[in-house]
Amino acid sequence: MSQPLSLAAVVAVCLTTLAVGGLGLRLSRRTSDFYVAGRTVSPRLNASAIGGEYLSAASFLGVAGLVYGGGVDLLWLPVGYTLGYLVLLVMVAAPMRRSGAYTLPDFAEARLGSKAIRRVSSVLVLAIGWLYLVPQFQGASLTLTLVTGAPEWVGGLVVMVVIAAAVGAGGMRSITFVQAVQYWVKLTALAVPAFVLLLLWFRDGHPAPVVPPEWSIPLTPSGPEDHPVYRNASTVLALCLGTMGLPHVLVRYYTNPDGVGARRTTVTVIALLGTFYLIPPVYGMLGRVAFPSLPDGMRSDSVVLRLPGELVGGLGGDLLTAMLAGGAFAAFLSTASGLAMSVTGVIDQELLRPRLARFTGGDAPGVRGFRFAAVVGVVVPYVVSRVAEPLGVATTVGLAFAVAAATFAPLIMLGVWWRRLSTTGALAGLLVGGGATVAALALTMTTSHLGGWPAALLANPALWAVPLAFATAVLVSYATPGRVPASTTRVLVRLHTPERVRLARSRVRD
Amino acid sequence: MSTPAQPPPRVRVTSSRRGAAPLRPRPPARDIDEQTELGDVYLEGLMRAQLRLSLAVLAITVAGLTALPVVLLLVPATRGVTVVGVPFAWLVLGVAVYPAAWVLARWYTRQSERVESDFVDVVEDP
Repeated sequence: MSQPLSLAAVVAVCLTTLAVGGLGLRLSRRTSDFYVAGRTVSPRLNASAIGGEYLSAASFLGVAGLVYGGGVDLLWLPVGYTLGYLVLLVMVAAPMRRSGAYTLPDFAEARLGSKAIRRVSSVLVLAIGWLYLVPQFQGASLTLTLVTGAPEWVGGLVVMVVIAAAVGAGGMRSITFVQAVQYWVKLTALAVPAFVLLLLWFRDGHPAPVVPPEWSIPLTPSGPEDHPVYRNASTVLALCLGTMGLPHVLVRYYTNPDGVGARRTTVTVIALLGTFYLIPPVYGMLGRVAFPSLPDGMRSDSVVLRLPGELVGGLGGDLLTAMLAGGAFAAFLSTASGLAMSVTGVIDQELLRPRLARFTGGDAPGVRGFRFAAVVGVVVPYVVSRVAEPLGVATTVGLAFAVAAATFAPLIMLGVWWRRLSTTGALAGLLVGGGATVAALALTMTTSHLGGWPAALLANPALWAVPLAFATAVLVSYATPGRVPASTTRVLVRLHTPERVRLARSRVRD
Repeated sequence: MSTPAQPPPRVRVTSSRRGAAPLRPRPPARDIDEQTELGDVYLEGLMRAQLRLSLAVLAITVAGLTALPVVLLLVPATRGVTVVGVPFAWLVLGVAVYPAAWVLARWYTRQSERVESDFVDVVEDP
């Protein structure tokens, strides 16, 4: 299937991103450009930017595909993606803005004053970022193969090259306005075809989808080995807590003018995400009308892209498909560039710069190291996306959330609210939570003979791994009261005191 | 003979403190900034008020999320209920959750801003 219109849409989106990256080269030279933006960006614009960066391939293609396959129970997924911002709002939004940190390792080091924690956090940022990048590449490959018939490796490669170029050129992400526009592009690209398809469906006498009962009734086990209540509870917990630990989410909070602005931004983000997530289930349902069972050789992630061709056909169908393909590429590029930026920053700061400095005695120009880091940052997940068996876009993203929920969520929440957190306790929590989650997910992927409860517990570890991480951090902190950082009170004063209170010593200047 | 010079009229000499720093109580903000024990008490109060509010929102969220499965399990008749042709559970999970989350978020933001402005009134100089 080759569609010139879709190809044109994809090319247009890629070129726009590159052009904007080139613009970023001229506009943003220092990290302080973030701060400059910080004083001028209104909560509403910033919220659109957060929405634009957050809505990835998983939301654009994955949710509809999963709802198509699994029915009503998969609606918990977008609910979790949205409620993640509610948890973020009430637990960390304002303190995070006031902390003065703009990456997670920065926050960990500022709060606990430990290089070891900084290093562990950096490794986790890499792991989470790469886990999140892999499905973006897979989604891109799938989309490009579907609309142009190109070989599978091309789509991911295109996204990889565009992102490496944009990130390497200069802070793509510092251009808040572009990310804000991306949100509205994605919303339009998903909503307009959905509206047209729904109208056509009504005109045809709205035939009911052909589905088994467990598709439309929540929490019905699909078999004796299935534990839907546990599975969904664990997934929602992972998504709710994982959001605050995603590397590309936190940094956006820095563009808020103050803590109050950070909260107001989050409220608007919830509204924008809620609006967007009304639409994917429509595709899931219409997919069941058009394809009662999944045709051979088609992945459920491509339901969104296949529907217009199936239900409309002709030029109209081509136009709608082009719209969706362009929107999908906008989703891959905006999320992936945000993630790639975070990953690149970590590789550059934590791994490359200290070593380069040792070899060259500080002679290596910083920009070259950053560009090299950008290439490494995207090539690794691209290779993984080619080697690993595709699990489904939203499922892989779920793994990233699970790791973030069991590592950064306890660290941040205890760090913000609990003054007896010790350095050793925080480190133990990170290692136990992260180790348990990664081990469980690795076991799930490598062994297939597990059944029943063991399989359910290992496939969705959040419901036990998150409490385990919290408990470890708290107990070890109690056991090591001598390792509570002396700066704890000063940091907590900074995190919680409203900006209107004049503090001469405790505030970091920005 | 001249009369002896009149002694100069008596003048009451007092020390004026007009130029000195006025005796005002230290604003608690300074205690907070300097992390004295008093400042610690203020900070503790603020953190506790904010945390109580946050945990209340989380509790409402958890209660709301568990309500749906509980209703569906306890009252099996609700499983088949449809509203304008759409099953009840789909409407709740696919639509109703989002405005509810937004309303809750707005309420939280207002409340926490109120906590903060009360705090500012207490610790800043009037």
